[in-house]
Amino acid sequence: MKDEISREERVAGLKGLGCSRKRVEDARFTQGKGNYVDDIKLPGMLHGDFVRSPYAHARIKSINIDAAMALPGVTAVLTAKDLEPLGLHWMPTLAGDKQMVLADGKVLFQGQEVAFVVASDRYVAADAVELVEVDYEELEVIVDPFKSLQSDVVLREDLVADDGSIPNGAHGPRKHPNHIFTWEAGEEEATNQVIDNAAVVAEAEMYYHRTHPCPLETCGSVASMDKVNGKLTLWGTFQAPHVVRTVASLLSGIEEHNIRVVSPDIGGGFGNKVGVYPGYICSIVASIVTGVPVKWVEDRMENLMSTAFARDYWMKGKISATKEGKITGLHCHVTADHGAFDACADPTKFPAGFMNICTGSYDIPVAYLGVDGVYTNKAPGGVSYRCSFRVTEAVYFIERMIEVLAIELNMDPAELRSINFIKKEQFPYTAALGWEYDSGDYQTAWDKALKAVDYKGLRAEQAERVEAFKRGETRKVMGIGLSFFTEIVGAGPVKNCDILGMGMFDSCEIRIHPTGSAVARLGTISQGQGHATTFAQILATEIGLSAESITIEEGDTDTAPYGLGTYGSRSTPVAGAAAAMAGRKIRAKAQMIAAYLLEVHDNDVEFDVDRFVVKGVPERFKTMKEIAYAAYNQAIPGLEPGLEAVSYYDPPNMTYPFGAYVCVMDIDVDTGVPEIRRFYALDDCGTRINPMVIEGQIHGGLTEALAVALGQEIAYDDMGNVKTATLMDFFLPTAWEVPNYETDFTVTPSPHHPIGAKGVGESPHVGGVPCFSNAVQDAFRPFGNRHTNMPHDHWRIWQTANNLGMHD
Amino acid sequence: MIPAAFEYYRPTDMAGVIALLKEHGDDARVIAGGHSLIPMMKLRMAEVPHLIDLQAIEGLNGISIAGGTVKIGAMITQHEIINSAELEKAAPIMKEAALQIADPQVRYMGTIGGNVANGDPGNDMPGLMQCLNAQFHLVGSDGDRVVDARDFYEAAYMTDREDDEVLIAVSFAAPIGGFAYEKQKRKIGDYATAAAAVQISKEGGKVGAASIAMTNLSDTPIWSEAAGAALIGTACDEASVKAAVTAMLSDIDPTEDNRGPVAFKRHAAGIVLGRAIARAWSRA
Amino acid sequence: MSNKMHVKLNVNGEDHEFLAEPRELLIYALREKLNITGPHVGCETSHCGACTVTMNGKSVKSCTVFVAQANGAEVTTIEGLGNPDALHVLQENFKEHHGLQCGFCTPGMITRAAKLLEENPNPTEADVRFGIAGNICRCTGYQNIVKSILSAASEMNAAKEAAQ
Repeated sequence: MKDEISREERVAGLKGLGCSRKRVEDARFTQGKGNYVDDIKLPGMLHGDFVRSPYAHARIKSINIDAAMALPGVTAVLTAKDLEPLGLHWMPTLAGDKQMVLADGKVLFQGQEVAFVVASDRYVAADAVELVEVDYEELEVIVDPFKSLQSDVVLREDLVADDGSIPNGAHGPRKHPNHIFTWEAGEEEATNQVIDNAAVVAEAEMYYHRTHPCPLETCGSVASMDKVNGKLTLWGTFQAPHVVRTVASLLSGIEEHNIRVVSPDIGGGFGNKVGVYPGYICSIVASIVTGVPVKWVEDRMENLMSTAFARDYWMKGKISATKEGKITGLHCHVTADHGAFDACADPTKFPAGFMNICTGSYDIPVAYLGVDGVYTNKAPGGVSYRCSFRVTEAVYFIERMIEVLAIELNMDPAELRSINFIKKEQFPYTAALGWEYDSGDYQTAWDKALKAVDYKGLRAEQAERVEAFKRGETRKVMGIGLSFFTEIVGAGPVKNCDILGMGMFDSCEIRIHPTGSAVARLGTISQGQGHATTFAQILATEIGLSAESITIEEGDTDTAPYGLGTYGSRSTPVAGAAAAMAGRKIRAKAQMIAAYLLEVHDNDVEFDVDRFVVKGVPERFKTMKEIAYAAYNQAIPGLEPGLEAVSYYDPPNMTYPFGAYVCVMDIDVDTGVPEIRRFYALDDCGTRINPMVIEGQIHGGLTEALAVALGQEIAYDDMGNVKTATLMDFFLPTAWEVPNYETDFTVTPSPHHPIGAKGVGESPHVGGVPCFSNAVQDAFRPFGNRHTNMPHDHWRIWQTANNLGMHD
Repeated sequence: MIPAAFEYYRPTDMAGVIALLKEHGDDARVIAGGHSLIPMMKLRMAEVPHLIDLQAIEGLNGISIAGGTVKIGAMITQHEIINSAELEKAAPIMKEAALQIADPQVRYMGTIGGNVANGDPGNDMPGLMQCLNAQFHLVGSDGDRVVDARDFYEAAYMTDREDDEVLIAVSFAAPIGGFAYEKQKRKIGDYATAAAAVQISKEGGKVGAASIAMTNLSDTPIWSEAAGAALIGTACDEASVKAAVTAMLSDIDPTEDNRGPVAFKRHAAGIVLGRAIARAWSRA
Repeated sequence: MSNKMHVKLNVNGEDHEFLAEPRELLIYALREKLNITGPHVGCETSHCGACTVTMNGKSVKSCTVFVAQANGAEVTTIEGLGNPDALHVLQENFKEHHGLQCGFCTPGMITRAAKLLEENPNPTEADVRFGIAGNICRCTGYQNIVKSILSAASEMNAAKEAAQ
């Protein structure tokens, strides 16, 4: 005992909670030894490729596959007719709608899957795609949701009864054949009454444009049907592998134990890989039909044109306040363009996601939200692009409404936020639209942020710049972008969150090995977040074994416990909690073993970092390693051998991370080119598991926010052609366009999470988009700007300046 | 994105290239770095049954500067242009422009020959060649000829080059005076929203000669003779720059695309040119 | 298809010979014929750089090189930069400074950075940002990538000085 290392050294040796542990994933990634879906190569594997529609709306008169089938190397060409007998020509969507797997009589968006070619390699498959002859009859195209609701053109004939009546949809009554749902929260009448009688009212209409998560790896799958054993194995880019297994089982009729779904390494997800896509289904069917493995990997154009758009919300808001700036009411209506099929990835009861978090970080007494979903001739999707369900839209909406209200009140927007924050002592706080915020200390974070950037000094500089501009001494204006966001993540409590009926719990299973190392498996799946590193840190602190001795496994449904996957920043809040709880079960058993070994009563030992010690006698202890060995090798009366635990965690509430961001931007009014001078980001994600990983997530999320705010869009022309289908036009910034970010934090633990963590991966995107946008808009505020829509690319910024007469 | 199949040839002399071109007519294309052609082939927007690789041909990858004339072989890459000290000395605008083309990897592969011969209005070198009043050296089955860059471009992807001709070099008189290549783009890797190439020489405090060309503002590169003329004899003051911009604006004809509407592009063209003139003049 | 040609490549110091159609892309030949799966396919239009390899001393996007053009070339991929017992300084520094997340861009990014440092051993931050602008990363926001490369540069220089 004399050589005993200090307690601090023992804590450090665990590499547990709170340290910047280096990532264990990086050894393979830096050496090119990651294993992504397109790296999978199986004997005899065939390649699938789609024939896609060049038209946004057309009737299919005929499909002739003869020439394609005649090409040497082509094994099959599947069309809807081939899938129909299997009941697989349509598939259910996550939003309660259904979607064509292969075009059934008509096409509804450009790039829609029409036929699936299966061939010996990707080259033959591509040649065969060219040889499939499809005869189309073009139909009138609708790309505008407002026109869609007025149009006589019925997009979804399958959703209109024979007598012309409109049956209810998955979310209730529909007003028009092209209408999907109306979803409401809050009290409309009371809200209107407050707004009608308010001293000050500000209004704004804003379009949050359509964009796309565009991870660097596109979507793909490899299906292998082993007909001898009746087992289907499916590898793919799945953010929710267990959900995919269940859906695959329900669709194919193959029993769930005969399906193994594996998410190998995933090259970024950002929401793109939550949904189930026709390519996955077609690769499965093709493998069943051919009896050999079939790979499908989309190319970048297919990715941008057909899988998983995000946003596309037309938002109309009214906000009222007293003359002093105290907000009294908020009204929001959204016209949501969902494209041709309602394939939004939201919990079942929330067809507009958590848009009803749109009261933001503010104490707003009464509010109303109404959302109308609409069909158009655009790609389906509606995923949460680096955010919890529709939370970026909600936060953008309220952070713009605050700015517009500040203009109306002629008040500083930072001050207006301060006046209206939910106060620390009000938590847990129930918002007007229903959510119960778990914890927060907004004012402290805000004050810290404003001080860090010398907010007053910036405003003074901006005022000088305005004068200099007016005197003709500069052609650059300066914007100070503010945003204070509250997220709602960690879906979620099973009582109100499910996807296709599956409750949104998550899970962790731990097995301690006799020599004191361990393997833990979870229902989530990392796409770059570093779960193998950070979950081991949570466990290290909980069970007193070094993180270096704990292997984390995810993504294989044959071995991992059932879970709902990784998106909406739910891994830490839900699976992270499951890990902590499973760790505590391990510790409880370890305590009994330790007490037996130390020959004292269970209650006479206590946990200390990596051991149990006899209370008051620190030199009498058993380390967790010793306990693990004993668990397997010593007969302990009343205890089963072994040291394992499982936890399925159903969170009691969501978590509510928050943050305060400031962006300083200079804008050349003649070219419309913005230059980010400074970006400060303060995040409060509760307990911090790995500061290095947190910081990395913030850098990345802010960069995706920059992209969305300043140029990234999926744009259509009037004929429904996608105008931004390659990375020439779809804006992904390079290192040259991206600034360095300053990061900072406060810590307000979640009171209901076992370790107080809230999740962080999406905060910077959610808070970043309004911050960048507000910076652009703030630069023009002194010249009369109220609101202009994103993306703020060069020409739109120039247009704003032009409209304000700044080129005269 | 898989191209259609093709026959591949890697001849070792120009006679072999010309023979193949003659045999296959417009079914054949030569390839240098391929960074314009290959993406088009992958998108199946260019069908090339016979692809003739120029990499084994000798004599296409030199830079010579002699007697005040700069000659650059067609296979010289943007990367080589950037890193040639003697070229930087003789015609520094070449490096300034090349650095604004695409990204590092593309510049290792992309050649000056491919950039000027392809006829893509988005390419930067054609505009620059207008500015420098370069000559393009072609060889074909009917022998060699030299074409002025200013006469070479007919429309987007349409040039004076015959199907059986190969552009083997560009040459120009080493420019004198100040220079600037100014390009506005959305990001690294993008074509120009608007770009201007300017060479100005100074004589007794006044503009002695000026040459101005614009990129991606029409279906061909635009050499604006009038814009240059507006500067000559002036002190490059605000009024004459304005006159040059006005003259340039009547020569360009931009179209709307994802980079913006016509009004914006015209405005940006004016700004970009103004800045290019200012920088060139400051260096003159 | 029919017209396969005989292709020779030296990849990471090893000679390979195989039959391929001329139109096959270098990236697929490496990945599917030679099982060198470090370089990835990201955009296919030469914008993202995930497929970056060094070919005859140049950083190139192997999605935009036909295997026929590469015939006879020397190619280095991420697999040729270091090995588990002796990682390349860049590999060490990317690990050290959290210069990667999902790992998909990483092989191309490191391969490009290696060439950049070879040509410019003392880059400024701007040099690094400009020099890797042909490689897109969707996860990191580049800040830690830049940090990793700058740190690798100074380590390599320190090692060079020590050797002298």
